[in-house]
Amino acid sequence: MLEKSNTLIRFMIKRNKIRIPLWLIGITFFTWMIPVALDDMFPTQDERDVMAETMANPAMTAMVGPGDVENYTLGAMTTHNMLLFTAIVVGLMSILIVTRHIRAEEEDGLSELILALPVGRLANLNAVLITLVIVNIILAFVTATGLYALGLESMDLEGSLLYGASLGATGIFFTGTAAIFNQIVASGRGATGLSIAVLLLAYLIRAVGDVTNESLSLLSPLGLVTRTEVYSNNNWWPILLLLGFSMVLFLLANYLNAVRDGGAALIGTRNGRKHASRFLGNPIGFVLRITRTASISWAIGLFVLGMSYGSVMGDLESFFQGNELLEKMLIEKEGYTLTEQFIPMLMLVMAILACIPPVMNMNKLIGEERKNRTEHVLATPVSRTKLMASYLLVAIINAFIMLSLTASGLWMAAEAVMEEGFSFVIIYRAALVYFPAVLVMLGLAVLLIGVLPRFTSLIWLYIATSFIINYLGGLLQFPDWVENLSPFGYIPAIPVENMDWITVIALSITAIILIVLGFTSYSRRDITG
Amino acid sequence: MSIIKVEKLRKRFGKFSALNGVDMELNKGEIYGFIGPNGAGKSTTIRILLGIMKATEGKAEIFGKDAWRDAVEIHKRLAYVPGDVNLWPNLTGGEVIDLFTDLRGGKRTKKREELLERFSLNPSKKCGTYSKGNRQKVALVAAFASDAELFIFDEPTSGLDPLMEQVFQEYVQEVKDAGKTVLLSSHILSEVEKLCDRVGIIRQGKIIESGTLNELRHLTRTHLLVETKQRVTDLQAFSGVYELNQNDLTLSFQVDADKIDSVIRHISQFGIKKLESAPPTLEDLFMRHYENKQSTDVGAHPNA
Repeated sequence: MLEKSNTLIRFMIKRNKIRIPLWLIGITFFTWMIPVALDDMFPTQDERDVMAETMANPAMTAMVGPGDVENYTLGAMTTHNMLLFTAIVVGLMSILIVTRHIRAEEEDGLSELILALPVGRLANLNAVLITLVIVNIILAFVTATGLYALGLESMDLEGSLLYGASLGATGIFFTGTAAIFNQIVASGRGATGLSIAVLLLAYLIRAVGDVTNESLSLLSPLGLVTRTEVYSNNNWWPILLLLGFSMVLFLLANYLNAVRDGGAALIGTRNGRKHASRFLGNPIGFVLRITRTASISWAIGLFVLGMSYGSVMGDLESFFQGNELLEKMLIEKEGYTLTEQFIPMLMLVMAILACIPPVMNMNKLIGEERKNRTEHVLATPVSRTKLMASYLLVAIINAFIMLSLTASGLWMAAEAVMEEGFSFVIIYRAALVYFPAVLVMLGLAVLLIGVLPRFTSLIWLYIATSFIINYLGGLLQFPDWVENLSPFGYIPAIPVENMDWITVIALSITAIILIVLGFTSYSRRDITG
Repeated sequence: MSIIKVEKLRKRFGKFSALNGVDMELNKGEIYGFIGPNGAGKSTTIRILLGIMKATEGKAEIFGKDAWRDAVEIHKRLAYVPGDVNLWPNLTGGEVIDLFTDLRGGKRTKKREELLERFSLNPSKKCGTYSKGNRQKVALVAAFASDAELFIFDEPTSGLDPLMEQVFQEYVQEVKDAGKTVLLSSHILSEVEKLCDRVGIIRQGKIIESGTLNELRHLTRTHLLVETKQRVTDLQAFSGVYELNQNDLTLSFQVDADKIDSVIRHISQFGIKKLESAPPTLEDLFMRHYENKQSTDVGAHPNA
């Protein structure tokens, strides 16, 4: 059953020689950076105690889990703020890689090629599992030695090892989870979606449990992660529990793989409609339909994000007092409460995130072309301009809805926790003022699709760069011209700054020019496939 | 009246030249077989005709309109089935068929149900679960259900089983009987032979032969395997006999179509016990074409 697993492991590592290192470097670099930054921001115990006080409220506990606020050392602070989120990212990494090598390969017919060779039936599954166990162990050791090597006070060897082990164990647990869903459902997208849903559910159960009932949290793997109390009590038992559960998941995945046919699923795909609804039969309805699932997921995600930001508003005022660094990041202006001054920064983060789903909508056009599906539509009396315009229109509406949802989520949650809530109009304006910047991003995506169809992913690089430039720009005091490299850098900080119509109109015109250029090139070039 | 008119069509991708001057003409009501090996330029020609790619040089017209400029107008009256049908995994086959019908601006008809039954396709399944053959059926049902005047099929039966190929051929015939025009690209000569009025053979981006199949007979050779009661003599002396292999009482050879009659007459004198014949293959056609070309080249340069 397991013949040639070793060869498959080597083959898998070879095919991932860029993807896995990128994940590992990203996660470890991020993990090392945070304590250094926190040490910079809160150099004395007094400052950390102030921070501890602002963190000791139910809203924050729901967001990041319980922390050792009684003894808020640098180590305890790092764990409290970062361990949970980093563990989620590690879980995500494991889920994506597992699906890529189990279901996605079966869908593409690649695993048939492998299984026709003298390779054991369970060899591929176990090669994937072992590869990811190795990857997660490496991750655990690299982060642990790195954290210890920083030589910061209160971050000892045992705690550092436990920090790494917590990340690694989470990764191994979600490797098992994804391996099971990959047996159960037939499509890679379905397996990824369900695994991520489990990850989010684990987060939510933990959030509710941490606030209301401790033992509920123990049902969640992420709840277990926060019970390690790294750099304070250093509990190892949650790690053992996680690894034990992972073993059970691995065995179950093996059992399920052994009893199912190749390419088949334990749960069949549901049958659908025999006829299309009238709604589907035009380009716009068609684009809405093929982008529906992604858009709904993002809409929920951004609304929840807005709510979680809104929910901490009540505690923000105390959060700011005595924190010079955050004050420096915010615009100093009389006549506004610090909470209000915090709005533009939150909105910037949310606007850049809200720009992802519309750009995904737009880039679906090139994705469809690469999968050779555009030719079906273009062979009907639908012109290229009309097709591209349908994608763009859907993307623009999407952008508008996403920005609206972040604002509504924030306003609603803030209304619930604050004594004197915000005016909805102010919050909504602060969000929608980013609309022209999102339009510029969309325009750029359109231009790339028209002119450089092979390099359309450059837009993601630009969005990531924008995030770093504008989010960290205030903190690191970049010169203005650097911040102006991103369209988000031009947007006035509503409600603190006044509305700057000229800039906003100039951005909109830029977007229109980019869009027109993109459309012209798109209708002149070959459609490849 | 010509439905498709292609003249001196060229297409270059960077330095690579995919089409080197393709000429082709389809008349109303005829089935035109477009044959050639993989990579010869069949799909590129079709994609230019569909306005999905732009010709580097030359003319490509459908219904007397420019294939690139008037693509939308042209597409109102044509139906296309690609060889590699990729569909949206989360839409059902039925939804895709209706989508194509609606986008084409046609009416959803009863014909669809009849086609679904004949092709035995379940329209409520998600496209992600269909095999290659079933995805091809989705596109075929959508095409045959339409009231298009021109049908373009690019290797449409590559994933179909023989029974379904039969159904496909019936519907092509039905379309022809209704006076519509069909461009059928294929690398299977027998399929083309069954259906097509005229064929064009493309190789390395150039039409090397075209005409009715009868006109191309000079290019076809039949393979014969014969067993006789007595040993056949003197067959070498016949013109139009090639690759003769004689093994006592059995012999195998190829013979030009126009020489079959005299050769069989000669052999029958020796008492035929067994006779097997195989139709010419596409490969034979190409080989013949190159032999002819070589001999004319030699003829033109006797000293070479």
